[in-house]
Amino acid sequence: MSAASHISIQGVHKVFQSGGADVHALKAIDLEIPQGQFVCLLGPSGCGKSTLLNAVAGFSLPSSGSITVHGSAIADPGPDRGMVFQEYALFPWMTVEQNIAFGLQIKKVTKPVIQEKVDALLAMLHLEDFRKRYPKDLSGGMRQRVAIARVLAIDSPIMLMDEPFGALDALTRRNLQDELLRLWMELRKTILFVTHSIEEALYLADRTVVMTYRPGTIKRDLTIDLPRPRDVASPAFNALKKELGQLLMEEQSRHVQDEFKGAAVD
Amino acid sequence: MRRYRHAASGILVPFAALALWQLLSSMGWVNATILPSPLRVLIKWWAYLRPLEAFDPAQGTYLKWCLSGELIQDAMGSLYRVLVGFFIGAGLALPLGLAMGYSRVAYGLFNPLIQVLRPIPPIAYIPLSILWFGLGNPPAVFLIAIGAFFPVLMNTVAGVQNVDSIYLRVGRNLGASRLTQFTRIILPAATPYIFTGARIGMGTAFIVVIVSEMIAVNNGLGYRILEAREYLWSDKIIAGMFTIGLLGLGIDTLMSSLSSHLLKWHRGLEQG
Repeated sequence: MSAASHISIQGVHKVFQSGGADVHALKAIDLEIPQGQFVCLLGPSGCGKSTLLNAVAGFSLPSSGSITVHGSAIADPGPDRGMVFQEYALFPWMTVEQNIAFGLQIKKVTKPVIQEKVDALLAMLHLEDFRKRYPKDLSGGMRQRVAIARVLAIDSPIMLMDEPFGALDALTRRNLQDELLRLWMELRKTILFVTHSIEEALYLADRTVVMTYRPGTIKRDLTIDLPRPRDVASPAFNALKKELGQLLMEEQSRHVQDEFKGAAVD
Repeated sequence: MRRYRHAASGILVPFAALALWQLLSSMGWVNATILPSPLRVLIKWWAYLRPLEAFDPAQGTYLKWCLSGELIQDAMGSLYRVLVGFFIGAGLALPLGLAMGYSRVAYGLFNPLIQVLRPIPPIAYIPLSILWFGLGNPPAVFLIAIGAFFPVLMNTVAGVQNVDSIYLRVGRNLGASRLTQFTRIILPAATPYIFTGARIGMGTAFIVVIVSEMIAVNNGLGYRILEAREYLWSDKIIAGMFTIGLLGLGIDTLMSSLSSHLLKWHRGLEQG
């Protein structure tokens, strides 16, 4: 891994058509993410955080502005920006190890190398006993481990994560958060992580970017320099939590007002 | 224990129906020519199943002799037509269905014609099939192929169109080429639908084979029950009908166990 994965987002706008009206999902977003940083995008639903993530992933390009990774503009999705989806999105017809190997097969890596990498990832994510299982036989937490392993397999310098732990129960969630932090410290990937949980953002990130409800702009760009492992019960953690909670409530109430007016789309 | 009780309750109704039927016949309440007793049907069935000639080593092996009974020859004739017709029909429907499901252009080109042809029952093709192919196996196979074609086609199109877009997004994210997307994602994701189509198509093929044998050929189970009617052999008609039922059940069971073996990753369409 080089210092390749510097993400630069400049003047990004994204306009959707919805019911004949223009919806400004993103407006004038500027964000510079240095290599190796763990960044959380935080906001209520409809703030455009997933839109921004999808723009970086290359699934849905911005209406204007530019996004570059290591100086080159993004035009397509690609394995340099591996994505972990909220709905796991494992291929149900592939076993755990086949799912993990898939990205490597696409890269035309030789079989022994694939086997070696898959074995290492199965060990790293405590999945060895499940290698021959199909996704339908796994719990939500296990599925998300496989999804993370699948992205780690292609060794992309950037990991994009779209509310990956949103559907998990609290204990599994904390467990996977710890696991993710361990992997991140070991592998030093750049992580762009979307969440609507304040605690999750504060627990994980070096930096939390709070977004506003429609149009999605950056409301607050906060560096979190609490030492890890972070104590969620500490006064410092709770002070930050309270501060972010207030910011988020302002946006949430605008979202609710929009819903009452019937203007919210999602 | 519970399983046995379940199985026992399952044979209760058929058994009662048989008993009632036997009673009706034994008491002489129905004309035996119109409805023969189950016992007579069973006897006829055995006669129909048994080889016609005595075993003669000069004529061939013992196995060949065992299979020389009329019923087995008829069943094999019907099965042969079903399989040939099914593979031709499904073999044409599968690539077309994949193309129509994958490409909007192909869908736009073919769908209007397909929608017009689809409601025509295969039986309506009987006159044309005889005109085009004469008598014998070819018109029968043609009709069966038409019967199998549409269910496989429609389900294949639906299977490809219903592939969850999240899987395609994962594929693009991992850098899959269009060919890889198709062979490793779209095709496996569509297989539950395709297998459902194949099973329905096989069922249709089986219906059509019986009809086609009544018009175009002079063996097979469909031919035999029609022939028996000419002689008023109602016991043979019923024996033939039960054979058709059992053969159909056998094929369907085989198809469904094959598909559940190949789709052991799948949760079932309803839970998709």
